[in-house]
Amino acid sequence: MTMVGDAISHAVLPGIAIAYWLSQSRASLWMFLGAAIVGVGATIVIEVLRKKLRVQSDASIGMTFTSLFALGVVLITYWSDSVDLDQECVLYGEIAYVPFNLWLVDGVSYGPIALWSSGALLLVVLLYIIVGYKGLKMTSFNEDYAAVLGIAAGLWNLSLMSMVSLATVVSFESVGAILVVALLVAPAATAYLFIQRLKPLLIASASLGLVGALGGYGLSKVLETSIAGSIATVLGALFLIALIIHSLSARKTNGYAVEA
Amino acid sequence: MIEKSIEVHNLTVSYHSKPVLWDVDFSLPTGKIVGIVGPNGSGKTTMLKTIMGLMKPDSGYTEIFGQPLDKVRERVSYVPQRESVDWDFPADVMDVVLMGRYRKNNLFRRISKEDKRIATEALEKVNLLEFAHRQISQLSGGQQQRVFIARSLAQQADIYLMDEPFVGVDAATEDAILQLLREMKNQGKTVVIVHHDLQTANEYFDHIVLLNTRLVAAGPKEEVFTKELLQEAYGGRLTVLSKLGDLISTEEFPLREPEFKENKPEK
Repeated sequence: MTMVGDAISHAVLPGIAIAYWLSQSRASLWMFLGAAIVGVGATIVIEVLRKKLRVQSDASIGMTFTSLFALGVVLITYWSDSVDLDQECVLYGEIAYVPFNLWLVDGVSYGPIALWSSGALLLVVLLYIIVGYKGLKMTSFNEDYAAVLGIAAGLWNLSLMSMVSLATVVSFESVGAILVVALLVAPAATAYLFIQRLKPLLIASASLGLVGALGGYGLSKVLETSIAGSIATVLGALFLIALIIHSLSARKTNGYAVEA
Repeated sequence: MIEKSIEVHNLTVSYHSKPVLWDVDFSLPTGKIVGIVGPNGSGKTTMLKTIMGLMKPDSGYTEIFGQPLDKVRERVSYVPQRESVDWDFPADVMDVVLMGRYRKNNLFRRISKEDKRIATEALEKVNLLEFAHRQISQLSGGQQQRVFIARSLAQQADIYLMDEPFVGVDAATEDAILQLLREMKNQGKTVVIVHHDLQTANEYFDHIVLLNTRLVAAGPKEEVFTKELLQEAYGGRLTVLSKLGDLISTEEFPLREPEFKENKPEK
């Protein structure tokens, strides 16, 4: 799943470029639609390569996202005369501009668009996890066994990848295509060092993500630097600290085991 | 007429457009421990996966209790190869066994007390109750195998299909599993096992399907476990053949020196 998040965040680039070129506007709705279509499309391509054509799973992910990302880069540079789309903005995002991109209805501001889109995403993801908890758990652990029970494992898999795609697309507007991967992976990887049960793991990951975001924001204020970069740095640091604590405590328990 | 548990009709299955099973046709009785035996690459696992609907045949079909799989899924349970899943998945033993209670139509409902009771009972049967809240990554190979069997038991099916359940488990666990299988058989359940070890096949199973891409033989073990048929299945593999010679003569002359019997060739 880590690789899939990485893949999707890169693969959506041509979707954004094409949407931008077609609509000639930077309205996030169009970009979002373009990205979402290509994102889900990429997950389907990966699955087809892996399942139907029996390409190794890392190879099918690697091929799909590099090809699509390359296509995106080509499209953006090709249209660079007519399209005012900044590659760096897509890759790195800029969370600091979020407050300026307001949702205006008849001149009345309802706050930043990103706040609303991320809030909606949070609700959708929460609902998805709560409703789909058993199905997701079962099909992620043992797809074949689920399939034998008549559970549509393929559909579950596709829905999960689509949700990852959705989350990535909505988030990278603020944090960019590269850092969104840090947000997908780092909190879960850190929590997994200490927690190996699914429900607590999910809660701990989400909390760590929050800690990283707040901490990163604080760091960027102090250092007057990129917010998204700081968040990812804090998440990376948290993981490193957790890893050190984990390996130290593992050594300690091993020591006791030898004594006992 | 005895009810048939599994019927396989003119089944041909291929992988990468090479046939793995070729025109295989047999049926199995109920209430027996059945071994699917054959050399490596003879299509044993493919056979199981096709019966379970995980692989699509090129031609032919399979039926369970005289019906297509979709009509009897609840009555069929699958124990995949232990290596087929990631044991680092964040779950404890109870979580996995409870998956045996998951159904297509209860996937969006909470796990009931009844489900928990059945899962606990299943854990008790495989002697893992004290490990109920153990992390699955911290189990030994034999314990992992027993977790899979407990999950399958929790499903309360009538027919169990197991892929190499004796691989990588110690002798004590192997005995415990075998004991359990016999208990299941006595309750009228049918157990079908993919098994690669000829040394133990004769001892474990009542009924044997001998495969080597084509069907070599299927029937009660006395009829199938003969020198001629085994040679046909393993033909050309001389080292295996010489072991077979030992094996069969052990069967034919039970009054051997005890130390000779101990001296089973390593696989």
